[in-house]
Parts: sequence; structure tokens; C-alpha cells
Amino acid sequence: MATEENKNAAAGRGSQQGFIYLPLIAGWLVPGAGHFLLGKWGRGALLGASILAMFALGLAMQGTLYAGAHDVLDILGLAGDLGNGLLYILSRMLGLGTVQAQTTTADYGTRFIVVAGLLNVIAAVDAHNLRTGRKS
Amino acid sequence: MIFLPSHFTAVLLFALFASIVFGITQRETPRRMIRYGIYCFVLFVGSVIALSWLMYFIAR
Repeated sequence: MATEENKNAAAGRGSQQGFIYLPLIAGWLVPGAGHFLLGKWGRGALLGASILAMFALGLAMQGTLYAGAHDVLDILGLAGDLGNGLLYILSRMLGLGTVQAQTTTADYGTRFIVVAGLLNVIAAVDAHNLRTGRKS
Repeated sequence: MIFLPSHFTAVLLFALFASIVFGITQRETPRRMIRYGIYCFVLFVGSVIALSWLMYFIAR
């Protein structure tokens, strides 16, 4: 009994070693990477594929990436876009998402990109919760 | 590559991806994740259909 408790305590200490925010930061930069770091391969793959697909579909629908903040709505859109991490930075570097939305579908694309970023933040926080033991 | 879906296809895609992320992040066991994901998907699509009919009757 006492041996088992010692084992559990040791395992708990082991899981708290290292940089605790690494899964959070990795998950933000690359969708699903936070879960991969924790060995949650299935969850990470599904999260990564969903967020990546949503971002890619948003761009394919001629959605726009927010580049600056001129009013409150722009600030919120930019914050959502930044949630995509490296996807946003790479897309900006490649000059994607610069066409101004002129159709309804393109406006949907812009929302897809923003929501992909917000979902990525949720996934990164989930990885952090798994790392801290708040979630199993 | 340009993708121009219908409005309903866009809704289905949005609901699918959002439900997957919600299911995985908001529940702990795989069984409950799947159930919650399906629940979210049905709520997303169901509310869109209900609101669409509501707007249709308001417009008439």
C-alpha cells in the first residue's frame, strides 16, 4: 500500500518536471503538437487535422487574413487569426489571404480562419490542462 | 485552389470541425468525447435549420 502511494507520488513528480508551458506553446504554434508532446497521438492528430483543414478551407474560400487593427472588430479578428500560430505567420509570409472579401463565401472563409485560431487556442489550453494534471 | 461551397456545405464543415475540437477538449473519456461531439454537431446544424426556417417565415 505504502509502496503504491510512493510510486504514485513519484509519477506525479515526474509528470511535473520540465517546462510546464511547453505543450501550451507547442500546441499554439503547431495545431495538435501539444498533445503529441504528451503522447496523446490520436487526440493530437484529430485536433491538428480539424484545425488545419478549417484554416486551409478558409484560405481556399478566399478568406482574408487580418493584417492590422484599425477598429475593435479588426483587433478581435487579428486576435483570432493569431491563435493559428505558425500557420498565420507562414501564410502572411507567403502572401496568402490578402484578397479582400467580395463574396459571401469569402466572408465565410475569413470566419473559418478566425474560428480555426480560436479552436487552436482551446486545443492548446487543453494540452496545458493535460500537462498540469487538471485533465486526464 | 479555390473552394466555393454552398452555404449549407459551409455550415456542415464548420459544425464538423468545431464539434471534433469541442468533443476532444471538453470531455475526458473517448466515449464521452464522441457523444459530446455528436451532440455539438446536431446542435450546430439543428439550430441553423431552425433559424433558417424562422427567417423564411419572417421574410414572407
